Amino acid sequence: MVTSGKGGVGKSTTTANVGTALALAGKKVVMIDTDIGLRNLDVLMGLENRIVYDIVDVIEKKCRVQQALIKDKRCDELYLLPAAQTKDKSALTSNHLRWLVSELKEEFDYVIIDCPAGIESGFQNAIAGADQAIVVTTPENASIRDADRVIGLLEKEDMPTPKLVINRLKTQMVKEGGMMAIDEVVSVLAIDLLGVVPDDEQVIRAGNDGEPIVWERNCLSGKAYRNISKRIMGEMVPLLVLEPDSGIFMKMKRWLGFA
Amino acid sequence: MGKVMKPYVTIKGTKDGLLFYFDDSCPYSEILEELTHKLEHNQALWEGPDTKIRIKLGSRQITNEEEQSLRDIFAQKKNLVIYGIESEGKPHLIESEMGITTLSGTVRSGQVLTHIGDLLFLGDVNPGGSIQASGSIYVMGALRGLAHAGMQGDERAIIAASVFKPTQLRVADVISRPPDEWTEFDSTMRFAHVVDGQISVERMNHFCQIRPDREWKEVQRSYRSL
Repeated sequence: MVTSGKGGVGKSTTTANVGTALALAGKKVVMIDTDIGLRNLDVLMGLENRIVYDIVDVIEKKCRVQQALIKDKRCDELYLLPAAQTKDKSALTSNHLRWLVSELKEEFDYVIIDCPAGIESGFQNAIAGADQAIVVTTPENASIRDADRVIGLLEKEDMPTPKLVINRLKTQMVKEGGMMAIDEVVSVLAIDLLGVVPDDEQVIRAGNDGEPIVWERNCLSGKAYRNISKRIMGEMVPLLVLEPDSGIFMKMKRWLGFA
Repeated sequence: MGKVMKPYVTIKGTKDGLLFYFDDSCPYSEILEELTHKLEHNQALWEGPDTKIRIKLGSRQITNEEEQSLRDIFAQKKNLVIYGIESEGKPHLIESEMGITTLSGTVRSGQVLTHIGDLLFLGDVNPGGSIQASGSIYVMGALRGLAHAGMQGDERAIIAASVFKPTQLRVADVISRPPDEWTEFDSTMRFAHVVDGQISVERMNHFCQIRPDREWKEVQRSYRSL
């Protein structure tokens, strides 16, 4: 499951990109959007117009699971189970999600649950279905506070320690002291770091186009997501070098048109 | 008068020695009184070879001092040797107030760690998390959240942390928060205590000045007096 506590830190973007990256690496992946009433994973994936059935239809047995799964535009092994937009969120319970995930696990290598923001029922449901959690945070105090709260709640569950993704890191701001550095964030939250994604306009542009950034071969944030997916698959990948003096940073600057 | 009542100290002979059963519902001082009385009278009964003594306290637990006064009484009879003091199902000594409990982990946002007595915490207290104790709190790690020492009103309690960056400090009923009440400092090891109804934060080496009774002295070599 992908969660964060705070809204707007990039849960859905992370889900979309990690899911796509895993699929590109040849795994069978399904992404479940559990944010009923406020779905947006389908928009990020550019699959909005293909939705016929949604997750509530599946649990109300109006259709089979396979009917509701939407195949990705480009990846054959990537599927999306969209959230319902019009129904009430009480339609989904933790037992439903547990059942749904166990069904999907039979067929897929990875089942990624995109959590709604907050720590209410939607979050509790996702916990029931998941056996590993990824906590997304940005290097801001408010976001870290919520991530910390979520980690505390996850630790109470029968689940391995969650993994951390730091999103929207602005290297320049860190250098100027205006933003927390990776080390500080990790030392506060005290869990394993799965990856760091630099702040990048391209991510938003890609999201608007419905094309996850991982498709961009040369983009640093796309690379960051690919590295995260590799670490999920168990590979040891060094952290991307985002330091100001490094060659990659210069490359990123050049690519962004600064240098 | 005392003779009509059931005795507080019951003595039984076994093949290993003597078992002393202490009543656990009466004041401890009365037990000592009765014990002294029993040992001082019946002089003849206590004469003889070395005898092993086991003492059963029932559900009562005693302090170090109470155990010492008990041993003093038995010391009058050289042939009575205390082999064991037991309470039912728990250690016979009450952890004295100086005793300290060690816990570890991370207190995260929204979590509250409450403890009776002094607490040594090995780990971090994150912003939004709080750590409370009826005694003092010592954090070996970063204190970034709220700490409340002397929860039940003990103004002598202190809060110490290796990385001292609390969002708020409370000692007994005194509340203090960082920027306006105490100045910014590098977040090294500090401790907070109450002076004249206000919380003051000092370097660790000032501690012996405010609590000279706890100062370590080399010559004495007596840990108990610390």
